[in-house]
Amino acid sequence: MINNEIRNCATNEPINPKRRRVIEIAVAGVAASFAGRSVAESAPSAGDRLVLDDAEGEPMALRAADLKVGKPILAFAFDKATKEVRNGSRLQKIMLMKLDEADLNAETKERAASGVIAFSAICTHQACEVKTWIVKEKALVCFCHSTKFLPLEAGRVESGPATRALPTIPLKLEGDELVLAGTFSARTGPGA
Amino acid sequence: MKFVMKALCAAALIASAMTVSASDYAPVTDQRLTNPEAGNWLQYRGNYAGWGYSPLEKVNAGNVNKLQTAWSFSTGVTEGHQSPPIVNNGYMYITTPGAQLIAIDARTGGELWRYKKEISPEMLQLHPTNRGVALYGDKVYVATVDAHLVALDAKTGKVAWTKQVGDWKALQYITLAPLAAKGKIMVGSSGGETGVRGFVAAYDAQTGNEAWRTYTTAGPGEPGGDTWSGESAKTGGASIWITGTYDPATNLAFWGTGNPAPWPVHLRQGDNLYSTSVLALDVDTGKIKGYHQYHPHDAWDWDEVSAPLLIDTTVNGKAVKTAVHAGRNGYLWVLERTADKINYVASHKYVLNDVFTGVDSKTGRPSYDPTKIPGTEKPVKFCPSLWGGKDWVPEAYNPKTKLFYIPANNNLCSELPAADKEVPYKKGDLFIGYPIDGVLGSLRWADANAPKTIGEIQAWDISTGKQVWTHKFPTFMWGPILTTGGNLVFAGGTNDRKFRAFNATDGKPLWETTMPSGVTGVPVSYEIDGEQYIAVQAGWGIDAQRMQSGVDALLGNKTNVPQGGVLTVFKLAK
Repeated sequence: MINNEIRNCATNEPINPKRRRVIEIAVAGVAASFAGRSVAESAPSAGDRLVLDDAEGEPMALRAADLKVGKPILAFAFDKATKEVRNGSRLQKIMLMKLDEADLNAETKERAASGVIAFSAICTHQACEVKTWIVKEKALVCFCHSTKFLPLEAGRVESGPATRALPTIPLKLEGDELVLAGTFSARTGPGA
Repeated sequence: MKFVMKALCAAALIASAMTVSASDYAPVTDQRLTNPEAGNWLQYRGNYAGWGYSPLEKVNAGNVNKLQTAWSFSTGVTEGHQSPPIVNNGYMYITTPGAQLIAIDARTGGELWRYKKEISPEMLQLHPTNRGVALYGDKVYVATVDAHLVALDAKTGKVAWTKQVGDWKALQYITLAPLAAKGKIMVGSSGGETGVRGFVAAYDAQTGNEAWRTYTTAGPGEPGGDTWSGESAKTGGASIWITGTYDPATNLAFWGTGNPAPWPVHLRQGDNLYSTSVLALDVDTGKIKGYHQYHPHDAWDWDEVSAPLLIDTTVNGKAVKTAVHAGRNGYLWVLERTADKINYVASHKYVLNDVFTGVDSKTGRPSYDPTKIPGTEKPVKFCPSLWGGKDWVPEAYNPKTKLFYIPANNNLCSELPAADKEVPYKKGDLFIGYPIDGVLGSLRWADANAPKTIGEIQAWDISTGKQVWTHKFPTFMWGPILTTGGNLVFAGGTNDRKFRAFNATDGKPLWETTMPSGVTGVPVSYEIDGEQYIAVQAGWGIDAQRMQSGVDALLGNKTNVPQGGVLTVFKLAK
């Protein structure tokens, strides 16, 4: 994603903001077509913003302040430039949760932004949504078959039928907006 | 939400090595289904009346201890294996979770062909299982978890047609075995926790064209439509997820319906017809000819999906064409079926129920203790549990012993937390109305301490309303029942992986074996060349495992019941 000021290669002159947006859209489109998929179908990537999974209209970027401690929410990534939401597959749904920063270990902190951590929202067992937080067990539980994942241990399976960890996805802050700092750590959805 | 799907509904027929040979296939006619020969097992419960009874008697109470494995077959699939092996003239058909249909040589266990329906990885599978096939004509029919009905050539496995029955993206999904009668293949869809509007749909057996579709919630302007507040019937559940029974004499199919949705009662005022009911549908038209609602305005997730067993008998000295159902609500219901009505006859409490304060002797309508109705204010404990006195696992009836056998769970209760005050419907999401962690952790003992026994096989005399014998297990029990002309009752269902035989007359345990996994599959019996076989799938999962998790949470245990589907076929040692 292009975050710095773009300069015309030939003249090294700054490009006006309107032109810059056109270029950004074109770059995003080319990147997606190289992958053979539309933006909606393509995987979340670094620089993406996040929007509530059921939001309608032009996406509004989620901020760290939008989350409450211990209350998971579901989101999709969207391309900052094109505003296209990567919701072509529910396997791309992201679960965001805010925890007390003091509870995060160093590894988790590296992936977190202002106490907010992100995982695939889709259980690796039978593709149900993982969005229930059990405070006393510090576990996320899948409502379908009760697999418990440990978000403070990189999504490791603590119990239940799933055999793979819940994929993580790193976050950072730009201003107060939550921004993806990478993509999923592993394939999302069910299957070994 | 927009989903882009590719390669959906593609089916793969796996070519077999064809090193085995089954005998010529015998077409399945209405006559054969109405009067099934003893040596085959042509449909879900063996006959249209739903008895789960085989007249075969070579394996009997005197020699069952000589049963040994004839052959076994690993499906290569995990999760809940619940389908009965359906047998016709040497051909056997089983299904697995994930919508596989496997044809097997019933004599040798050799695989003839295998059909796999490609299921989208996007699909959420709340109940990964399949409960079997229907046979009709020269075809075999399977309904799939992604809500399709598929017809295949029974001998070769070649797909004849595939029809979409429901929308899996709206979490309509099918786990039941279809019902075949009079040229129609009937199915329904699950989704009582996802806000479906339940239905039974019939398809032409030859063409796959939809003949009729009857919704199981009464919509605005329809008879019974005033039993739902507002628009609540449109997402009101009453799903259909267990095969119906059928009375050829009246051409009526009997279907049990599931819980109303969402669970909290304040969101759907009224009786909520036809949830938690039995419906009598005309097979030609789908018209509702009669119904009985076991408990109106359900608040406890007590689906009543098991179709009633059709038994012509005497009740208190009077001849009655009955329809008998062991309710998830913990009562055994004896109804009368006529050509255009279902009448209440009698009911008997068979497990602990602290919700009902009485049952009207004329209508069968139960009255409730208001303190046992979960609501929005505080947690409420009630008995039996969410899984009821008997969940989907089928009962059985033996015309020789004249006993009705119930696979029950007793002494279990649930506690639901305060309900959500508002529950907006969202396509593709749960539509329950209680905090999920509260639902998952709802199981409770009836008393302060763990009960000494939970699972039971109960034998009832419908004529007198008396319980004749009961076998009690220290653990819970999820075992479908087979009974035979050899005075036997077979069942698994416990977490020790046992599959057992009992004397059908007095309940005495006669034989048991340890299976590769826990048994929640439907057992059957068949005969080839004069030799009787008993067949059942092991393959633990789904709600038996959910109950295991609940029991473990109460006891502080972690019990591992191994998964993996294995069909085992038994015969007598020579």
